[in-house]
Amino acid sequence: MISENSAVGRQFLDDELRRAIESYFPRYPHRQAALLPALHLVHQRFGFIPREAIVELADFLGIHPAEVADVVSFYSFFKQDRPVGKYRIWVCRSLSCACRGGEGLLELLTQKLGVAPGQTTVDGLFTLEAAECLGACDCAPAVMVNDKLYGPMTPEKAEQLLEELRAAPAPEVTS
Amino acid sequence: MTDFEPVLLANKTKDRSWTLTVYESGGGYQTLRQVLRHKSPQDVTKAVEASGLRGRGGAGYPTALKWSFLPMDHPGPFYMCANADESEPGTFCNRVQLECDPHQVLEGIILSCYATRIRRAYIFLRYEYHLAYQRLEDAIKEAYAAGYLGSNIAGSDFSLDIFVHRGAGAYICGEETGLLASIEGKRPYPRSKPPFPTSRGLFGKPTVINNVETLACVVHILQRGEEWFRSIGTPPPPEDPKELGSFGPKIFSLSGHVNRPGVYELPLGIPCRDLIERHGGGVWKGRRAKAVVVGGISTGILSCHELDTPLDFVGPVRAGCLGLGTGGVIVLDETFPIVELMYNGCRFFAHESCGQCTPCREGVPYAFQIVEAIRGGRGRLVDLDTLLEISQNIGITPGTTICGLADGAAWIVKTCVNKFREELEDYIRRTNPTGYKRRLPLGTIMLPPGVPAGIKTRFPKTLPPQGTSALSRSSQETGGN
Repeated sequence: MISENSAVGRQFLDDELRRAIESYFPRYPHRQAALLPALHLVHQRFGFIPREAIVELADFLGIHPAEVADVVSFYSFFKQDRPVGKYRIWVCRSLSCACRGGEGLLELLTQKLGVAPGQTTVDGLFTLEAAECLGACDCAPAVMVNDKLYGPMTPEKAEQLLEELRAAPAPEVTS
Repeated sequence: MTDFEPVLLANKTKDRSWTLTVYESGGGYQTLRQVLRHKSPQDVTKAVEASGLRGRGGAGYPTALKWSFLPMDHPGPFYMCANADESEPGTFCNRVQLECDPHQVLEGIILSCYATRIRRAYIFLRYEYHLAYQRLEDAIKEAYAAGYLGSNIAGSDFSLDIFVHRGAGAYICGEETGLLASIEGKRPYPRSKPPFPTSRGLFGKPTVINNVETLACVVHILQRGEEWFRSIGTPPPPEDPKELGSFGPKIFSLSGHVNRPGVYELPLGIPCRDLIERHGGGVWKGRRAKAVVVGGISTGILSCHELDTPLDFVGPVRAGCLGLGTGGVIVLDETFPIVELMYNGCRFFAHESCGQCTPCREGVPYAFQIVEAIRGGRGRLVDLDTLLEISQNIGITPGTTICGLADGAAWIVKTCVNKFREELEDYIRRTNPTGYKRRLPLGTIMLPPGVPAGIKTRFPKTLPPQGTSALSRSSQETGGN
């Protein structure tokens, strides 16, 4: 952590990121409200929310780092320890998907990738996540990779998807 | 009912239905122009009031009544929050609406803001809806360019700005005060009401929070008239004068073990069986339904004998459920074990509990632990009573929590145990033949094996021999249930 009396560094929040965050300011009556969009931008850039970024962001938004950490730690979407993989795979395990084989799908991917839900593969390619209802119950069991939804999935399709992702170039994160 | 013509999903089948051109070619934004030219905000509120529109987000609160709570003498600004944080398992109608027809939602928001004199609206969208987000953002840009948003909308003196605010994967943000805290950039804890958001809401200002489906209904009420709206659905039962009736169309999300899962816009009050058989193509693989989650997992379940329950604001309540909820119907076939349903539901609520209120933070995981033990073959018959006891002691219904999340867990547990007790007892007997009757003396605190017994607790007077789990052996091995 950066010491109290020194000026907060600009290690993580560069000018580009600051401008992107600033573009949200007019939407809200005060800066704190731009925190969630800002966190999404930071997460998008680094794949996680680094501790230093929390301090820098707090400084930028004029709030206490604890208030930022308070929000970051609440949402399951934000990772705090290490970056997520290139592909973040969400496997829905809520009832609609579970009753059509979602749990089995999660188990299969756990075996195929060799990681438990919430973990990232050693090569940094995949992060497996167990999701609570992706809101895609009409194509159950549903799987979301970064921002793209796949479904209805079968074990064969899931394996095929993994192969395709392994072979594909870097993904385009659009949102 | 057979010739019911969908209005909310009318554009769904059109090519590029999410664009402004397609929406306008189907008469879109004409209602807005008419209203801005010829009607006062009071006229709009009156029409909505006369239509009997009730919130589609779960609670079924009368929309016009909610609007009327906005203080007249407040200097402002007022805010509108359109709730699209649809995270209830089994519900996806808001996603389809926003993906296929974002302009309809926007028009609804503009009209509702006009009625309530609100000049800034936020759409709270859950993060998982990426396609909906893109289409919504594009639609907002188009609407600004076409003069339907911004200042002096369609030549009138009414101005409105709409912003999309995305969540980050938290079910609790769908709760209205949690949603407000999330937009404010705080930890999304729900807070006690009163003060209600209509007097102190977003940024401390009066705020109206409506579901996006409710807001989309406003367009059609104003376009076709309140009489048209009241001609759809079920009127209040004559024996219950307090009941408000269930009017208008509702988008049901059908999923689970059905042949054609998807969204179906139907009049409120359609029997559950009709929805499954006629519209959903019946239960898959030629099986029969065992249980049906009636409106999102938090509302509880209908058993196969209750499938004629009308899906309106009253029907599910009479069948022992919490209510219509979000209209997310999940069908489970005869092979699906009820204990799996309870396991899945409890895990969801235990995961999503925000941790603010003790009965929810502790009670829901406790229920989950018990269900997990039953599922894993360690269940006892007495556990079912414990589950019922937990479910009757958590949630806002007994008044122990701030928001209704624990209620959701309570209802799924309650309805499962009440309606499928035989199956659960049978399951416990089969999976735990040696221990199902075991019953601990009242007041015993269960400790996991290996915990040193240094904790002062009400131990039985005669201690069992050492070497085995002290507490489980102390129980009455042959105690009846």
